[in-house]
Amino acid sequence: MSSNAIIGYIFITIGAIFDFFGCMGLVRFPDVYNRLQAATKCVTLGTIFILIGTAIVTATPAIAIKAILCAVFIVLTSPTGAHALARGSFLSGVNLWDKSVTNKFKERAEEIKAQRGEAR
Amino acid sequence: MRKITLTVFSFIVWFLLVWPFDPLTGDLDVQSTVAGIIVAIFVGLFLGDRIPRKLGAGNVFKRVFWLIVYVPMFSWYVILANLDVLYRVIHPDMPIRPGIVKVKTTLTNPAGRAMLANSITLTPGTMTVDITDDGYLYIHWINVKSEDIEEATRHIVSKFEGVLRRIFE
Repeated sequence: MSSNAIIGYIFITIGAIFDFFGCMGLVRFPDVYNRLQAATKCVTLGTIFILIGTAIVTATPAIAIKAILCAVFIVLTSPTGAHALARGSFLSGVNLWDKSVTNKFKERAEEIKAQRGEAR
Repeated sequence: MRKITLTVFSFIVWFLLVWPFDPLTGDLDVQSTVAGIIVAIFVGLFLGDRIPRKLGAGNVFKRVFWLIVYVPMFSWYVILANLDVLYRVIHPDMPIRPGIVKVKTTLTNPAGRAMLANSITLTPGTMTVDITDDGYLYIHWINVKSEDIEEATRHIVSKFEGVLRRIFE
């Protein structure tokens, strides 16, 4: 096995470990919002590591460029997706965990709902 | 002008994604290149108006310089964020103290604000839930240290705001 293949496989392993812990957070954390945090952060970094590893293992420009472009797109889109999911789930009535400390978003959510009611 | 920029940009992205070279001979695949040009022109024509208008006055090179500063800083925080989640997931007692706090940003440029919201989501313990027109962000914080707006702003927003202001405003 060539040296760049070994480095690549190390990257892929690290990525898989991060992905695994992201999924574990998805199971262990108590509510949607905490789960989204774990899922977004770990899965983003894990997938980027896997893509970089793929680029290093194959070492062909066609595949490496695609992998790196995909990594850039994931960095730009995955937080946006998490943001939309969190906002959407609060507005459709999913509450925070019972032991949450504070919720400043409640008033804002009422405002948004009121505006939507007017629009209809 | 923005339409032309978007056309060129989307053609470059398409070209890198498809990489239309024959793997054996290295010849350019004319058919798919032409298809890419046509699609890029359509994308530019229809979506060109949606690119944000020009940024304020300021040196382009300075912006690029701060962007180059920003990327490693951001990567560092992403790695920290992952170790933070890892710690909270593995710990048997699950040391979390979640809540949604309100913070304020002084950035006015929409692109800058979007980048700020994305950065906050990928950094330790915080996730953007909503942003208002007058510059307030609602942040879901996995370990609330302070409920006060100013205090929370200092913890969450200030580390990126300076660099992002130099890039986008």
